[in-house]
Amino acid sequence: MTTVDHKRIAILYGVTAFIFLLIGGLEAGVIRMQLASADNDLIGAGRFNEMFTMHATTMVFMVIMPLGVSFFNFVIPLAIGARDVAFPRLNALSFWIFLFGAVLMHMSFVVNQVPDAGWFSYANLTEKPFSPNRGLDFWSISLLVMGVASVAGALNFIVTIINMRAPGMTFMRMPVFVWMTLITSILLVLAFPVITVGLIELTLDRNFGTHFFIPAEGGDPILWQHLFWIFGHPEVYILILPPMGIVSEILPTFSRKPLFGYPFVVFSGIVIGIMGWAVWSHHMFTVGLGPVANSVFTITTMLIAVPTGVKIFNWIGTLWKGAIEFTTPMLFALGFVALFIIGGLSGVSHAVSPSDFQQQDTYYIVAHIHYVLFGGSMFGIFAGAYYWFPKITGRMMDETIGKINFWLIFIGMNLTFFPMHFLGLNGMPRRIYTYSAELGWENLNRIASFGYIVLFVGILVFIYNILKARNSRRVSHDPWDAPGLEWSIASPPPAYNFAEIPQIQGRDHYWIVKEKAEAAGTPITEPEALVDPSSIHMPSPSYWPIFTAVGVTLIGGGLLSHYALSFVGGVIAMMGVIGWSNEPAAAPSDHH
Amino acid sequence: MAHAVEQEYTTTGLNHRKLLMWVFLGSDCLFFASLIATYMVYRGQSLVGPYPNDIIDVPVTTISTFVLLMSSFAMVQALAATNADNRKATINWLLATALLGSIFIGFQIVEFNTFKNEGLTLGGNLFGASFFTLTGFHGAHVTLGIIWLLALAILGMKGRINSKTALDVELCGLYWHFVDIVWIVIFTLLYLIAGFDVGPVAIPGG
Repeated sequence: MTTVDHKRIAILYGVTAFIFLLIGGLEAGVIRMQLASADNDLIGAGRFNEMFTMHATTMVFMVIMPLGVSFFNFVIPLAIGARDVAFPRLNALSFWIFLFGAVLMHMSFVVNQVPDAGWFSYANLTEKPFSPNRGLDFWSISLLVMGVASVAGALNFIVTIINMRAPGMTFMRMPVFVWMTLITSILLVLAFPVITVGLIELTLDRNFGTHFFIPAEGGDPILWQHLFWIFGHPEVYILILPPMGIVSEILPTFSRKPLFGYPFVVFSGIVIGIMGWAVWSHHMFTVGLGPVANSVFTITTMLIAVPTGVKIFNWIGTLWKGAIEFTTPMLFALGFVALFIIGGLSGVSHAVSPSDFQQQDTYYIVAHIHYVLFGGSMFGIFAGAYYWFPKITGRMMDETIGKINFWLIFIGMNLTFFPMHFLGLNGMPRRIYTYSAELGWENLNRIASFGYIVLFVGILVFIYNILKARNSRRVSHDPWDAPGLEWSIASPPPAYNFAEIPQIQGRDHYWIVKEKAEAAGTPITEPEALVDPSSIHMPSPSYWPIFTAVGVTLIGGGLLSHYALSFVGGVIAMMGVIGWSNEPAAAPSDHH
Repeated sequence: MAHAVEQEYTTTGLNHRKLLMWVFLGSDCLFFASLIATYMVYRGQSLVGPYPNDIIDVPVTTISTFVLLMSSFAMVQALAATNADNRKATINWLLATALLGSIFIGFQIVEFNTFKNEGLTLGGNLFGASFFTLTGFHGAHVTLGIIWLLALAILGMKGRINSKTALDVELCGLYWHFVDIVWIVIFTLLYLIAGFDVGPVAIPGG
């Protein structure tokens, strides 16, 4: 509750997000069961709307983003040779606000007023006359609360990466995962304020009588779409860049050669980060922005495929003539590359605005986003989980079960989402709760629903593998013979990470160190020796972060129930900040 | 830097907190940019009055703008006094900054009240909605800054502000100047440029 250790916060993020993965996964299950046969009446249209809204909202904001943050937390300080993040208490605050915001969102189930307007909640469907219950207030206010957490976290990682690199770690020696974290964090810091304003305007519309998105009063629902997608498209890269970074760590490790064309991968990431701001209207081709806007955004969207393609060729180049080991993390990383190519190609097909007119709002789009977010992001995350598990716990996950795990998820994922391409091209719209048997969509939907079951079993196998690992043998500090700095210390790492802040010798630092030691005839078999923890000055635990987080969440909760509660929340948050600033960040000492 | 005595090693030599503040201000830029964009998109789109020309009072707001700009001057003085270890001047200039900020907020409260009495409300038309949302959030930023300044002044009275802890004042100053700059943009756009709009007008290119 009071921890400020980045490694523990990483585990908190990971476990929390995994629980939400199960919740979001079950919501997807309800959707798939409903659509498994034509004219099904398992659940009604209203409940179906709630399911797809909460499925997407959960997966984007409460699963993939926090899982990414979980890896940032665990890996970044270790990979740059730091003892913690720049602001350990702020880091704890981010986690608690995220958790409370996510819980607040799910309170909507308790009062049975669940958000039901889709994850991008287009105006003016979201306005009071069309969505009279509190569902969308839960949606917008919880997202505002979680936005605070995201921005605070991103600020923290930007400062950490820029300012806390060990001596010798220049920018161009940083592991690609660190680079992608930096870019992602910058995107987050700049994108979230935009959606914040959109959400504030929506909340004002619904509760304070404004007409920002109500056409009858002169308001423009398209403004919501612009605000949402100016945030929403960078958000897509926020979801995919961290897994790209993870894969860029894993492929070289198991090909036993350095990443091919490191500067190209880094600069492609930067270009994606910049161009991600210039493509948002490709989500709005059918809105009627005019031929000029559609042409421009078609071109920019096709251009952004270039740096993405560069990365894919670099990954393939890394594999080329490598001594490839098919470990579980490697399988997931290869799965990422393969599936992301499919998702990327279908993406390019709707970058072309005329062809997008055919695909807009069909299952083709659903197939595309699941290939990039499941086949891409989630595969990257699974790869990372298997890769860093021995570092996090000091134990190994079972490789055989891991491979079963991979194949189940790989097959399940393709069975579920590949047929959706055909369904979409055959005209099946997304977000319909049932369809007539005459349309001939039933067989493909059956396959997709069956695929879901395979996927589900795959996830269960993953859980089993984690639980089983508790009793598995301890492994050395460097079981993969990896290049990253994090592998030079004990597993699990001591609270202070590095007894001595290392001097970085180059890209793939630990490979260089190991090679030199080998050449000198004294190969490294042990991690950096442990030292007495009290000799190293670490930040002390603090209960102010969780205290402040309660206050911030109550401000939001009060807007949903009673304004007095917001006031109480404001007072608590203020007290938290005062207590926070009066508390020394670490036990007093006169040296570092 | 003279006041960086207690600072720990950083890769770039920049202080963590200062870097954090700069990046945060970058983030806040996008926040105000979105609000300002909303205002400009809805410029001249209100279906019913009151319209800007009916109620915007440029001379009065020019005075409050001047007051706010002077508060930035006081803020600079406060930081200079802190660096010079002049405790009394530090406290006085911090309080002066807070006071000038409060006068600005006072003007805003009066302005909001007058506008309300003249029929401009959040729910009345788009002009009211986007005007109050934008200037309201700016006012909230100023208010937060005043609380921060007062907290610093109290710390100063306890003798905890000196050239070694000048960063505490400097960060508040960065924030304060940023909020001022945002106001200059708002004043220019909402008052000087769009303040004389009469009725729903066609905006060139809009």
